[in-house]
Amino acid sequence: MLGRSAWGLFWMFRYLERAENTARMLDAGFRMALTRGLSAASDEWRSVLITLGLEDDFAATGLDFTGHIITNFVLRSPENADSVLAMMENARTNARMVRTAITREVWEATNESWMILKEVLARPVREADLGEALDTIRRQTMLVRGAMEGTMLRNDIYNFAYMGTHIERADNTARILDVKYHVLLPSLAWVGSRLDNAQWEMVLRSVSGERAFRWMNAGALDPKGIAEFLILDGRFPRSLAFCYDKLAGNMASLAYGYGEATPSHELLRQANARLQQTGIAQIFEFGLHEFITQFINTNRQIADAIAADYRFTE
Amino acid sequence: MRSRLLIGVPMTTTTFSHYDEMIDGQGQVRPAYAGYREWYDAQDPRWMMKQGKQAESFFRRTGITFNVYGEDAGQERLIPFDMVPRIVTADEWKKLSVGIEQRVRAINAFLHDLYHKREIVKAGKFPERLLKGNEAFLPQMVGFTPPGEVYTHIVGIDLVRTGPDEFMVLEDNARTPSGVSYMLENRETMMAMFPELFTKVQVQPVSDYPRALARSLAACAPPAANGHRPVVAVLTPGIYNSAYFEHAFLADQMGAELVEGGDLRVVDGRVCMRTTRGWQAIDVLYRRVDDNFLDPLTFNPSSMLGVAGIMDVYRAGGITIANAPGTGIADDKAIYSFMPEIVEFYTGEKPILKNVPTWRCAEADSLAYVLDHLPELVVKEVHGSGGYGMLIGPTSSKAEIAAFEKKLRARPENYIAQPTLSLSTVPIFTKAGLAPRHVDLRPFVLVSPNGINITPGGLTRVALKKGSLVVNSSQGGGTKDSWVLAE
Repeated sequence: MLGRSAWGLFWMFRYLERAENTARMLDAGFRMALTRGLSAASDEWRSVLITLGLEDDFAATGLDFTGHIITNFVLRSPENADSVLAMMENARTNARMVRTAITREVWEATNESWMILKEVLARPVREADLGEALDTIRRQTMLVRGAMEGTMLRNDIYNFAYMGTHIERADNTARILDVKYHVLLPSLAWVGSRLDNAQWEMVLRSVSGERAFRWMNAGALDPKGIAEFLILDGRFPRSLAFCYDKLAGNMASLAYGYGEATPSHELLRQANARLQQTGIAQIFEFGLHEFITQFINTNRQIADAIAADYRFTE
Repeated sequence: MRSRLLIGVPMTTTTFSHYDEMIDGQGQVRPAYAGYREWYDAQDPRWMMKQGKQAESFFRRTGITFNVYGEDAGQERLIPFDMVPRIVTADEWKKLSVGIEQRVRAINAFLHDLYHKREIVKAGKFPERLLKGNEAFLPQMVGFTPPGEVYTHIVGIDLVRTGPDEFMVLEDNARTPSGVSYMLENRETMMAMFPELFTKVQVQPVSDYPRALARSLAACAPPAANGHRPVVAVLTPGIYNSAYFEHAFLADQMGAELVEGGDLRVVDGRVCMRTTRGWQAIDVLYRRVDDNFLDPLTFNPSSMLGVAGIMDVYRAGGITIANAPGTGIADDKAIYSFMPEIVEFYTGEKPILKNVPTWRCAEADSLAYVLDHLPELVVKEVHGSGGYGMLIGPTSSKAEIAAFEKKLRARPENYIAQPTLSLSTVPIFTKAGLAPRHVDLRPFVLVSPNGINITPGGLTRVALKKGSLVVNSSQGGGTKDSWVLAE
């Protein structure tokens, strides 16, 4: 396949994943505002902006710091190049570019998602419609993934798409965890203490993990346990361990098909080994923020190495 | 699709008597439409209306759109689709095909001759001066024979119908004819909307086209392919090109890579594409970029759409380019009026398909005739396009004609003249029922050393406005599914 097609697919799925995760984060903030009042919600909105790397961009607009304005900025503002709408448009543009690599089902799901979201986000989303709008974003991205699962040949094309998904998802989960810890735990001494349950539930809600966590840790809700769940629990589909396990699978399949491994494989192998051999106690000893910062950097290096190894650009 | 007028004259259907393809002079349904009309008359018009709306959402969802330049960036439009098929019988089609095949053979022989010995010039049937200063003629092709001796791998012949067995050629498209994806998708749409109609009326399929195209291209592999299964790629200017949907569609259907200039480079004497595993040589390139943008080293130096050095590789037998560079000379407006002579010269037969009669104002006799008959004629600039700089006699005032006459007398060689034709109509679906509208037809023809393949049908474009002859999609033109009935 063309290097440009691999590049287009990789990013098409990164954009879709980021759009979906952004919708989740907004949903968590929205819920916080509904249940905990303005100041808690304001913290949540701030953490959403920091996680998305949009804090400065938003400040530059001079807009009021309210939930309604922030959600619309994140969802659809023309001043925000990384809005959900822009993300969906990028995903769709990439899908058009790689049209010959994807099935008609995947293309139509992507195209339809874009058409629907363009309509939903054509005007500022009122608070009353926000829940429905966020649901639509998640539902539509899932439709694309479903079409992938059901119709795509398991070859290099499929692998590049999922490599993009898992690189992006690992990055997003890591950022959410990092920012939440900063917002929720002003000092490390707080780790291990029992905090406001609702706040921690928000962390889990941002990654659609509240139910899974509750199910496995009946009743308990402690920062360390949640960090362990999001970093190391290979059963949870948005954990770092899960993403890297899948990434390793996609890349192994690629190496098998191509008959050779490249430098990106070695980078991933090392990162994966580190993840598997580290316990949560060690992570906190090392410093959670330091650990995550390192993870995000390595994750970016792997993505860059993939792009270079597989000739995404000249 | 290239925009243009059927003949350039918006006129009302009442002004001229014309051939209606469904209803004959006695008000009877012609045999071609018998099966369809029987089915149609049994349908509920409200249900038909609903199906029409569904077709539009189908087109949007599948992304069958064309981009409009100069409007909002990246805006995509639909070409209106009319759900009444345009139908010809197997017999009519057979006669038509023979004419098309004859013309396409002649075009290829003509191109070979122009770039080699120029027998036709020596025989005094074609003035060499038409090649001088004509950008469509490429000196780089002189003395070179493309693999398989095929110049026009894909041809679209634009036809208008004027009578029961009379089709005239309006224009030959020998460069990069577009619209074939609409032929295929229109049929898919019809089958999705009215499956039972296709069990009632037997229609020759068009769906083999992509496979036939792939086979046809592969049969023209260059010497460098060395007998291996040729690697075929489609070269597109990119996703913002107005015909991008079609480029992607054809590549997808053929199982070929869809490449852009940025994916390509000359490596070790071959044109290669950058794959995830390195540079891979391409044997046959179905290019959808114009000659001028093909090779910045040979043609337009600022082109980002082509491949630097591809012409050298081509001339050394390292790649097949389809259509061959320099084929545009065969569909040049200045050449068109010579097509009857060209067909006769290379086939030894009288042309089966007529040209629209054309007076070359460069010739004294013709000029005299044209000057005498300006109020009845359409006069066009030889190199003009899009209906600019032309005179439409029947709809012009005396003053306009007088003004044009001056221009014509000053530079007669710059003009050709044609009569206004009475074009056929076919029914479209309207709120008030079926109504006749003017149409043209572009059949698609594939040429390979193994022969000529004509897909039964083609693209019918229809002027949706009553009485209009403008089939241009930006001015109220639409498309229809085109049926050739089974034998």
